[in-house]
Amino acid sequence: MSNATLSSKPSSLRGATLPGWSTWAIAAGSAAVGYAVSAAAGLHSDIQWALIAAVLFVAGSYGISAKVEGRRQAKDRTATSMVWVAFLLAVTPLASLIWETAKRGVKVLDGYFLTHSMGVVADAEPGGGIYHAILGTLEQVGLATLISVPVGVLTAVYLVEYGRGRLAQAVTFFVDVMTGIPSIVAGLFVLSLWILILGMGESGFAGSLALSILMIPVVVRSTEEMLKLVPNELREASLALGVPKWRTILKVVLPTSIGGIVTGVMLAIARVTGETAPVLLVVWGTDFINANPFQDPQESLPMYIYLQWANSGGSGAAYDRAWAAALTLIAFIMILNLLARVVARWKAPKTGR
Amino acid sequence: MAKRIDVSGLNAYYGSFLAIEDISMTVEPRSVTAFIGPSGCGKSTFLRTLNRMHEVTPGGRVDGKVMLDDENLYGAGIDPVAVRREVGMVFQRPNPFPTMSVYDNVAAGLRLNGKYKKSELDDIVEKSLRGANLWNEVKDRLNKPGSGLSGGQQQRLCIARAIAVEPNVLLMDEPCSALDPISTLAIEDLIGELKERFTIVIVTHNMQQAARVSDRTAFFNLAAVGRPGKLIEIDDTERIFSNPSVQATEDYISGRFG
Repeated sequence: MSNATLSSKPSSLRGATLPGWSTWAIAAGSAAVGYAVSAAAGLHSDIQWALIAAVLFVAGSYGISAKVEGRRQAKDRTATSMVWVAFLLAVTPLASLIWETAKRGVKVLDGYFLTHSMGVVADAEPGGGIYHAILGTLEQVGLATLISVPVGVLTAVYLVEYGRGRLAQAVTFFVDVMTGIPSIVAGLFVLSLWILILGMGESGFAGSLALSILMIPVVVRSTEEMLKLVPNELREASLALGVPKWRTILKVVLPTSIGGIVTGVMLAIARVTGETAPVLLVVWGTDFINANPFQDPQESLPMYIYLQWANSGGSGAAYDRAWAAALTLIAFIMILNLLARVVARWKAPKTGR
Repeated sequence: MAKRIDVSGLNAYYGSFLAIEDISMTVEPRSVTAFIGPSGCGKSTFLRTLNRMHEVTPGGRVDGKVMLDDENLYGAGIDPVAVRREVGMVFQRPNPFPTMSVYDNVAAGLRLNGKYKKSELDDIVEKSLRGANLWNEVKDRLNKPGSGLSGGQQQRLCIARAIAVEPNVLLMDEPCSALDPISTLAIEDLIGELKERFTIVIVTHNMQQAARVSDRTAFFNLAAVGRPGKLIEIDDTERIFSNPSVQATEDYISGRFG
């Protein structure tokens, strides 16, 4: 290696460096040592040897690097390894969750399962499907989106483009408070106002109302951030052309930030699609197909998963259905996220180079 | 269609801070007037009061009179949006709309203000781009994004966008300070052509540029940081650069300032 030949000539700009494969060697070494230690000590959990290996890896790369390269490079390597360890710690549970759900979910997930309801199937028996739950989820989340997006985007436009003084501060404060509302409280609020006081009865729409309460602050927050990213110069350029402020917002500010706004809305949808508690309280649940979200109980995917577990008395068929429904829900949210990315990329301002 | 601007007793504030104090001057039609002066002396602020863009800044407020021919821009019932259609503006940094193509950028001012026929728009876009000396460079890429052009081309695109709405006055806030010498030359040539049709006011930090492009030059200064900026003198460019009547102007121009 050139380093070896050059090291005879002392140079202040050139220090010894570890070869590129050393990181992998240290990782493999610490994994082996970690595994050996846990086997010798009779530890049974995979997590234990992985943690030992992680600590060994961070300490080992610091020690070896400090010896060969010096302390500054050693610190650099430590920071890099910590980032990697943190990344693995975050990703491992996620990967494991998706793997587990996919493995258990595919058992009963097929065309029949997606297109039939539980109408004539007893809780503990095999058969049936989630059509009624998919329908309910789509309708409830769709209605919630129809309510939240106009309210949320308009609120954000007010806060960024017009809001000054007390009212804007108050709105910001209440949006922050709303962000922290537990979902069950949103459900209880709709239950007491819409169902108990106004006497409207359980329905998918009541669920949409509760979901909107959860969705609006998320939409406001993300839209606000996106609108703030639009350079002021663009607003001024438009205003200086004699374009009224409202048209400037509509034709310049919103189109420039639409990619980010759509991403934010999609993430808000993904967040409320998995909500169980408010739906359980105000949509009530049913085993039959109810396509009308404004009357009578409906089902939704998260509620279906919960009820399959709760009402089945430990029946394997019901557990399989719950896993399959969970897989469907994850897939649905993943598709939404992918769509959001596609839209964001498609709508992002282009450089044309 | 070029109009005369007559300013008298104009003060501009940011909140309670008086940024420029008691400015009176006349800007002749079909000429180039340059504003020079040290940073923070209120040249840009004053420029922005001429098309009511100053009040877009939160806390921005103006008193005094700005007459555009015989109409006071700060009179009762004057619509700032209508003012800005008469008095266009080009900014320091090129700021084409990133979501729009070259064509849409030029057409933006018209499109956002009303309905035009496609053929009409085509004509105006071509005329404006020719007017901004940009047509030959972009005629094959009218539908490509405007932000894909070079900095100098983007600035000429912004000028084309500003003249497409046929204003009477064109304000330029340091239009060349982000550009290289070649692009600067292109824009200076363009300013020379545009003054046949428009009243042009240009803010610049480059005194050679003021000497090259302008017919009249106004020198602004401030007594100290935190004090309001003032108009020291305005005269024919030649006089300002050869024989100014105020000592401070001569000190600034000859680099003996401060």
